[in-house]
Amino acid sequence: MSTASMSVPSGSARGASAPVLEVQDLRVQFRTGSGLVNAVNGVSYTVSEGETVAILGESGSGKSVSAQAIMGILDMPPAEITSGRIMFEGRDLLTASAEEQRKVRGPGISMIFQDALSSLNPVYSVGFQIGEMFRAHRGTSRKDAKKLAIELMDRVRIPAAAQRVDDYPHQFSGGMRQRVMIAMAIALDPRILIADEPTTALDVTVQAQVMDLLKDLQRDTGMGLVLITHDLGVVNEVADNVAVMYAGRIVERGTVDDVFGNPAHPYTEGLMASIPMLEAKGGRLQPIGGQPPNLSSIPSGCPFHPRCPKRRLGADAPPGRHCAEDVPPLRLVVPGREAACHYSEEVLGV
Amino acid sequence: MGRYVARRLLLTIPVLLGASFLIFAMVYALPGDPIRALGGDRPLAPAVVAQLRQEFNLNDPLGIQYLKYLGDLAQGDLGTDFRGRPVLDTIAQRLPVTIKLTVVAILIEAIIGIVAGVLAGIRRNSFFDNVVLVSTTLVVSIPILVLAFIAQFVFGLKLGLFPISGVQEGWYSFLLPGLVLASGSLAYVARLTRTSVAENMRADYVRTARAKGLPNRTVVVRHTLRNSLIPVVTFVGADIGTLLGGAIVTESVFNLPGIGRAIFDAVRAQEGAVVVGIVTLMVFFFIFFNLVVDVLYAVLDPRIRYE
Repeated sequence: MSTASMSVPSGSARGASAPVLEVQDLRVQFRTGSGLVNAVNGVSYTVSEGETVAILGESGSGKSVSAQAIMGILDMPPAEITSGRIMFEGRDLLTASAEEQRKVRGPGISMIFQDALSSLNPVYSVGFQIGEMFRAHRGTSRKDAKKLAIELMDRVRIPAAAQRVDDYPHQFSGGMRQRVMIAMAIALDPRILIADEPTTALDVTVQAQVMDLLKDLQRDTGMGLVLITHDLGVVNEVADNVAVMYAGRIVERGTVDDVFGNPAHPYTEGLMASIPMLEAKGGRLQPIGGQPPNLSSIPSGCPFHPRCPKRRLGADAPPGRHCAEDVPPLRLVVPGREAACHYSEEVLGV
Repeated sequence: MGRYVARRLLLTIPVLLGASFLIFAMVYALPGDPIRALGGDRPLAPAVVAQLRQEFNLNDPLGIQYLKYLGDLAQGDLGTDFRGRPVLDTIAQRLPVTIKLTVVAILIEAIIGIVAGVLAGIRRNSFFDNVVLVSTTLVVSIPILVLAFIAQFVFGLKLGLFPISGVQEGWYSFLLPGLVLASGSLAYVARLTRTSVAENMRADYVRTARAKGLPNRTVVVRHTLRNSLIPVVTFVGADIGTLLGGAIVTESVFNLPGIGRAIFDAVRAQEGAVVVGIVTLMVFFFIFFNLVVDVLYAVLDPRIRYE
């Protein structure tokens, strides 16, 4: 594992090294019957070896779509990647041939999904589906692939792996099924693992076990982990860096401690205020007013401005910083922290 | 699984008894006297009529007639028609024709239907997909009788590609009637396959298969088609049972001496023993192939388990 100390990318705290995955200005549109849907609007982030980056956002913020674009598994059409670069180990996956992209999926980047039951093929045994990774990418024989599948099932702590290798997905519990997905995803020692809401469908105790497993595997293999979630608790526990997404854009980025401790964007601030606190028992929860934007007609200027308590409109706003007219770029606010708000300094209180 | 199959096979006995009794009663209830009709223009002598009525138990009430029939059946005797020809001989002679017709029809419906459905399902909204949609709609909306005559006229008479009637040319004689007989099911199979493939293409596990970096062929064949064909296989399997019951219209138009024609003639002549014998056989085929389909279903889809 190369752990050469390179220039530290902005916002990276622990395990910093050269980025393995670099997403630059990614834009994805969907052509639907009712017009264009702008799902991802210029997303950039990097993932280094051993780093855990959380992509935090509510439904429809574009976090899953951007992940699927990286994997090259978007259905195109209706989806279309209109711009951007996805650099993996110095190569742009978007300009690579379909065959080259395919060869990256599995040994280079792999992915686990939210609902393990529907994500596993019901008519093949779990051992077969795990073993497929070796057979497709390394030409391993069926027999050897099964042995390797058993080893992997052991590694993700599925009890009695040798007896269960021929069982079918429906014969496993939800947590065990997600472990099967993980076993499949890590089979070829990927450099990047994208976990799309890996614990959302699981109950809380199982959630913790699965997250622990992911962390342990990451420590053993040094893979970069992209954790897509809307669960603030999960982000807080496992991620190094977090990128908060809203309306297909990254609105704030930094280390988890910084972003959660002292948000620089009013949306992040709203998210933090909406967390139920034990100390504030009996008090009212504070929701963010309004609705997430319709992605086929994103508000002009800052997409968050209709819901933002700190917006400045009309004569209140200085020139070039009008919240309903000027799109705030993602900019460095303080070292290690980027935010897309005209008034981040005020939000941050610096 | 073994217990399940045994139980299902045992269950066919009451079904067969019930079906045969119903058919028996219906033939009994038909108006007219089959023995007098036997004579045609020249009435039979009263003594002969009385003797025949006695011989075929026609003077007994329905229940007694049926029990006597069952008694003979238990000794392996399916009875005879009014001319003294054993029903078993009729079946033995007619069944091979119907089996050949069924084999041809099933092959046509399965091969053409599945291939057309898969291609249409993979390339939805393509030109080929639209051709499949329009042609299948056309085929299912034309009655088979009309279709049979059109096929006979166009392919048999005008183009001279196929024999128009009879079974003189072996398997080749069955191609055109097989195509006509299969047409309705073929359209259904094509549409069922298309929908199933299109649905499975969007399934989460197909997305997983792509994310695993499997080659496209593996994604389509192993992770899409296998799952898509489960409902199709079960439909085709059940269709075998239906088609083995004979096709009265197709066999009549193409003059094929199969089971369908036999039952048609027997009903017209009120040949109770022949009708009951053949219909019971049809019911058995139908039940048996449905059982085969149920077993096949469990083999294809591990989520299905019979206790």
